Amino acid sequence: MSNLIHNNAIVNDEWTTVTLPAGEEVVRKQAGKVVMFKLTGEQTCTPEQIAATVIPENGKIIVPLSVWLARKAELAPRLAKGELGIWLATHEVLESLIDAVDDINQLPIIAVFVERFADGRIFSIGTLLRTRYGYKNELRAFGDVLRDQLFFLKRCGYDSYLIRADRSAEEALASLQDFSQPYQGAVDETQPVWRRVQR
Amino acid sequence: MYKYDEIDQAIVDQRVDQYRDQVRRFLAGELSDEEFRPLRLQNGLYIQRHAPMLRIAVPYGTLSSRQLHKLGDIAQRYDRGYGHFSTRTNMQLNWPKLEDTPDILAELATVQMHAIQTSGNCIRNITTDQFAGVAPDEIIDPRAVAEIIRQWSTFHPEFALLPRKFKIAVSGTRQDRAIVQAHDIGLEFYYDEQQKMAIKVWVGGGLGRTPILGSVICEHLEWQHILTYCEAVIRVYNLHGRRDNSFKARIKILVKALGIDEFRRQVDEEWQHLKDGPNTITEAELARVSQYFTAMPYENLPAHDAGYDSAIASNPAFAAWTKRSVHAHKQPGYRAVTLSLKPHGKAPGDITSEQMHVVAGLAEKYSFGELRVSHEQNVILTDVKLSDLYSVWEIARANGLATPNIGLLTDIICCPGGDFCSLANAKSIPIAEAIQMQFDNLDYLHDIGELELNISGCMNACGHHHIGHIGILGVDKDGSEWYQVTIGGKQGNDASLGTVIGRAFAAEEMPGVVQRLIEVYLRERTDEERFIDTVRRIGITPFKEHVYARQEDATHV
Repeated sequence: MSNLIHNNAIVNDEWTTVTLPAGEEVVRKQAGKVVMFKLTGEQTCTPEQIAATVIPENGKIIVPLSVWLARKAELAPRLAKGELGIWLATHEVLESLIDAVDDINQLPIIAVFVERFADGRIFSIGTLLRTRYGYKNELRAFGDVLRDQLFFLKRCGYDSYLIRADRSAEEALASLQDFSQPYQGAVDETQPVWRRVQR
Repeated sequence: MYKYDEIDQAIVDQRVDQYRDQVRRFLAGELSDEEFRPLRLQNGLYIQRHAPMLRIAVPYGTLSSRQLHKLGDIAQRYDRGYGHFSTRTNMQLNWPKLEDTPDILAELATVQMHAIQTSGNCIRNITTDQFAGVAPDEIIDPRAVAEIIRQWSTFHPEFALLPRKFKIAVSGTRQDRAIVQAHDIGLEFYYDEQQKMAIKVWVGGGLGRTPILGSVICEHLEWQHILTYCEAVIRVYNLHGRRDNSFKARIKILVKALGIDEFRRQVDEEWQHLKDGPNTITEAELARVSQYFTAMPYENLPAHDAGYDSAIASNPAFAAWTKRSVHAHKQPGYRAVTLSLKPHGKAPGDITSEQMHVVAGLAEKYSFGELRVSHEQNVILTDVKLSDLYSVWEIARANGLATPNIGLLTDIICCPGGDFCSLANAKSIPIAEAIQMQFDNLDYLHDIGELELNISGCMNACGHHHIGHIGILGVDKDGSEWYQVTIGGKQGNDASLGTVIGRAFAAEEMPGVVQRLIEVYLRERTDEERFIDTVRRIGITPFKEHVYARQEDATHV
């Protein structure tokens, strides 16, 4: 059973998400505890990892931003065929994605990886993609994606959610209906309540 | 005050349903502790030392009699018959059962209350001045704007999981009583040179582990743009604030790291895209919300009341109370009244169910059915007729609510501390109680005059100790509890952070240490000086010498 929600329904995933091979992650400790989040803009992979990333020969693929940036020539034909999307992690700089393609809407899908539920950068990234950069195609959240983020993700412009493998996508789907009338304008409903409804 | 329409009501009702299901899933083992944590926090539920603690929102400190009656009932039924008002004007229940919390929230929803955004890393309860709407020095009644910000920030999707909590305060008076400089964003209304209302925006203030007063990020903002401007500030913070270390995650750290000029540049760049967008506040919306905050139906009264004047002349205890607890009002013949939740020897800010019903009754009978909570952890009746003050006093006094210590040394601002809070390094309530007993003589207390004493049980600074004229901070040294003392802190337009006077003290030394600080003040003060003025004039050295001299004498004996 698929764990992907797209456009308010559970659907099969046509896309293969390409990941970087495991590198030697430097575990940093601060004041006795492991650092939880990467800092914004931090370099996350090595040239060796990028070079070693295995790209499936056929089918629709979502590649890491760093791989796209380093191996553009090789991957450009796949993009031209509409078979290539890009994913970035929440600590990566969104502008480097924007600068990496001529037109952001050439990408049929952009996916944003959230390592931890509590990392709310994903919401600003979605909002900026939709409002500032005019991105119109599929916008997917994946990683530590659980039902209690979905309402917020939807409001920030995401229309696709890959629910964490150990959780039910069906239950998660129900949570999109948690609230009927939001107060503030956001991506999905741009008008705040006082411009929508005569109160 | 603001009244919910069906849209507001649906939001709190749907929230109760959502939370009830989250609790069910947690109890059924479908949610891990770590996953349930941000969910329960966004509904005000902490797991504390002895039991969960539920923090109920009191938006900008405003309550109706009906709501306070409900809080009294809830504290009786689901807790141990009392609640605690925090320094952010919320009410905390210290002993609820986790499985009862959905029912408590459902009860609250029936009186238009909730626990939304009272904790967790989101935009928290908006705070303002406890005398909003009645203060003589008011530029604008800040409550309408605070309510608009409350609604906008409720479940703001982009800012649901910020790097750390985010606090916004609004001041509408010349004399700042909302501590705008100690908030993540402080909005200070003023009149510009053309006598037009404008807002000065402060950013990056905060107490806690790294106390910093805010910097001015915008000198002149028009009210229409409050929401879009806040969005720009918080977006920059959400994307770039540190998430690797929760002690370095507040916006103040980002502002310091970038410098205010660079931070302002980034915010302005962001704001160019948001300015004049849909979240720009319209005249119509401001008018709609403002209609809930119009002046009370006051009677036309003379500025003096003979009965009141003669009660003061003939009853010294009443006179002492009025001096401390009765405040100026913009309507002739009316006063605001502070009911003290600081009786000597009791936990500051605690109020019993019985007292809640009494206060709610007083508000119903004498103050248009509304009341306020202050960040000093007292309760205020905002609109009492001069001729009713004596009756209010009698009832308040009979119920332990009329200690004439408002603004004095024993009106201690204090967090729950190590008796309840799992973050605390040290107890704070017993220190407050011991100091109150040391200064139990009312004549002496009044002679010492205005003094703010703040106690926090850890560096998270919920007791705002950095801005106390005398600040006390509980610290942990080798597993035992010690107390560090600062002096010279102050809230208000000329806010300052206190300076540590020296090595920490044991709990039993604390009343004596405060006594010694007061001795220096009484020796050095000029006629007009308050404690804080003397500290600012002569510096901390004389205080330090006197406090530690005694200690050295003691060790040499």
